[in-house]
Amino acid sequence: MCLAVPGKILSIEKGDSPLRLGRVSFGGIVKEISLAYVPEANIGDFVIVHAGFAISVLDEQEAAKTFEYLDELESLE
Amino acid sequence: MSQGNSWGECPIPISDYPNILLAHGGGGKLMQQLIDKIFLPAFDNPTLQTRHDGALLNLSNSRLAFTTDSYVVKPLFFPGGDIGTLAINGTVNDLAMCGARPAYISAGFILEEGLPIDTLWKIAQSMRRAADEAEVNIVTGDTKVVERGKGDGIYINTAGIGLVEHDQIIMPANIKSGDSIILSGDLGRHGIAVMAAREGLAFESAIESDCAPLTEPIMSLLKAKVTIHCLRDLTRGGLAAALVEIAQTAKWQLLIDESSIAVSEPVRGACEILGFDPLHVVNEGRFIAFISPDYAKQAMEILRRFPNCREAAIIGEVTNQPDAEVILKSKLGVKLVLDLPAGEQLPRIC
Amino acid sequence: MKYIDEYRQPESVARIIDKINSLVTRPWRIMEVCGGQTHAIMRHGIDQMLPESVTLLHGPGCPVCVTPAEIVDKAIEIALQKNVIFCSFGDMLRVPGSGNDLLSARAAGADVRTVYSPLDSLNIAAENNQKEVVFFAIGFETTAPANAMAVQEAARRRLRNFSILNAQVLIPPAMEAILSAGDSQVQAFLAPGHVCTVTGFGQYDRLVSKYRVPIVITGFEPLDIARGVYMTIAQLEKGEAKLENQYARSVRPEGNPPALRLMEDTFEIVDRNWRGLGVIPNSGLALRKSHRQFDAEERFGHAGAELGKITECISGEILRGLKKPPQCPAFGTRCTPERPLGATMVSSEGACSAYYRYRKLGNQKATGA
Repeated sequence: MCLAVPGKILSIEKGDSPLRLGRVSFGGIVKEISLAYVPEANIGDFVIVHAGFAISVLDEQEAAKTFEYLDELESLE
Repeated sequence: MSQGNSWGECPIPISDYPNILLAHGGGGKLMQQLIDKIFLPAFDNPTLQTRHDGALLNLSNSRLAFTTDSYVVKPLFFPGGDIGTLAINGTVNDLAMCGARPAYISAGFILEEGLPIDTLWKIAQSMRRAADEAEVNIVTGDTKVVERGKGDGIYINTAGIGLVEHDQIIMPANIKSGDSIILSGDLGRHGIAVMAAREGLAFESAIESDCAPLTEPIMSLLKAKVTIHCLRDLTRGGLAAALVEIAQTAKWQLLIDESSIAVSEPVRGACEILGFDPLHVVNEGRFIAFISPDYAKQAMEILRRFPNCREAAIIGEVTNQPDAEVILKSKLGVKLVLDLPAGEQLPRIC
Repeated sequence: MKYIDEYRQPESVARIIDKINSLVTRPWRIMEVCGGQTHAIMRHGIDQMLPESVTLLHGPGCPVCVTPAEIVDKAIEIALQKNVIFCSFGDMLRVPGSGNDLLSARAAGADVRTVYSPLDSLNIAAENNQKEVVFFAIGFETTAPANAMAVQEAARRRLRNFSILNAQVLIPPAMEAILSAGDSQVQAFLAPGHVCTVTGFGQYDRLVSKYRVPIVITGFEPLDIARGVYMTIAQLEKGEAKLENQYARSVRPEGNPPALRLMEDTFEIVDRNWRGLGVIPNSGLALRKSHRQFDAEERFGHAGAELGKITECISGEILRGLKKPPQCPAFGTRCTPERPLGATMVSSEGACSAYYRYRKLGNQKATGA
């Protein structure tokens, strides 16, 4: 369930529509996505997108940590 | 050759008959006008000019390949092609997959009342360009018109004759254990291009359909006397369907390495957001070849010289198990059984 | 693709699997709730990489699978009406109700359209104001914000011809229903990372304390799942039970507050019937009175009563992790993706469909009750 995919915000429309539509790129495919639920997101940020809505801004520091943990694992043994 | 606006002006003045009428299928003056103004100029060749019920062809003593297919794609126009390009290349490629040089095509049209004549003009011109590129002639055809609501604008059937100029027998039954399996290029372009053009899934796509004739790469392999046991072009159901059907017909186990299969990033992006598996997405200009292992390296060198086979790769082999199934070694190294896709791929949320 | 490919690196996944191998001393049964996780596990063969003693049970996290047959029947009934455009996510089109599915309804003349987002159906409503446009609002908490916004926008744009057929469900009550059943096999959960992206840590702390089960909020790529399993087993081996967050790049403890606020404004919690599991109290979302004019059941009549067991389908036992698909007598024979007996075979997220498509070679890891 809950197919959600990371994409990069290319542009955000101006104006005061509650939908706050933006163009988000998924590896080169660009789709118009509502950024209503990520008011803090800016151009260049990666967001997790589900059913046409961004539901979170991807935390790049936390993402990097996943790989640090891998190295930690080795040192545990 | 770009689509652009190179069709020229539609020769039937818009003010006369902007749309197809039932009468255009009636065999009378209007039908004559359609043939004279749209089809003949588009497909023009000496055989067609004889304006007879059938085409008389001069064939040598070669074996013949004969195939037919019908085209019902929606939308009619998509990035990289249209129903016309598909109708020519699809049949050309089926002939090439028999190891035949495509020569003659017939084209049957079922037009829906209300179809804009300008649309028909564009499609006929596309077919002409595709036929030129594939070096075939459209030598005979037919037109019928159905009532509004009984057809999706236009359906096209094409049948094709090709000449087999060599001695090889190219079919699933001829596949041998140990054969190398070569995939001619990257996956998914046609399916994603068509999806991008459909309403409701509107996305800006960098992808064009891979619809193209595959004759030249195949003829080159044959000319170099590469031993080819089987060919199959990928269409509906994608790579997965082609592999599974062949495994079931040939009754051999195929072992495929997923890491060797090329998928471009935009196609991957579209597949990720729609929930599609690239192995199941339809292609129109890609094929798989079952080649005797002694010739695999040479086959790769020959294929990679062609623009639409630059990413040709050996993706697997025929094992020595007579198990009629396809084993996919996943990117993580795990072996899974690959199955036919359920049917039309539908964008999912889950 | 960035933030996807890095999480599919075979070497990284193999390193974690190695660690799991050296950590495990006893058999463990872990339930991954989410259909997306089931799909990823089957597609990449992750369950085959894990040691024999670790069993992954596939839970009810497939909103398509758990939508009751009577709601699907209602959807078909509405779709077949002449002036209706019925919009749905693609997954629902092949799910059978008591007989047919929406695809057959389309073949019979119903105007059924696939949409990627509920917003697409709003646009259809705006462009077709002579028709009634109904959107099939299924999904878990991940999709609820999208569905809520569609309703709010419909109100703002005064789209009178728009309504939703609501079949939304909530994850934690289903997890609790599984845990509190006498025959529960589940020793730990991988919680669904995208549901938690919306809800945050929500009710999971309470579940951890009440039932003393480890819960690890997990993502969907192979590396996420491998690490989520590792973290779970680390707890199980130590006899711990706490809530951990593997998917921290997307999940925050507070979830997504604007989304939660709009869901609260638009929906209220109700009891809900889950196909295969029965009624689970407080497990569904319904439109609040303030927005009930957008409820398709108010406009077109309510769905019928719950239908009893119609076929030999055992999807209920599958969804609770009591049986695995190969243990079903009809699996692969009378029940296939082309002729499904129940929803777990139809939806590509359903456990049965995933098993069928990506069957393991030779020895099936069949465990269960």
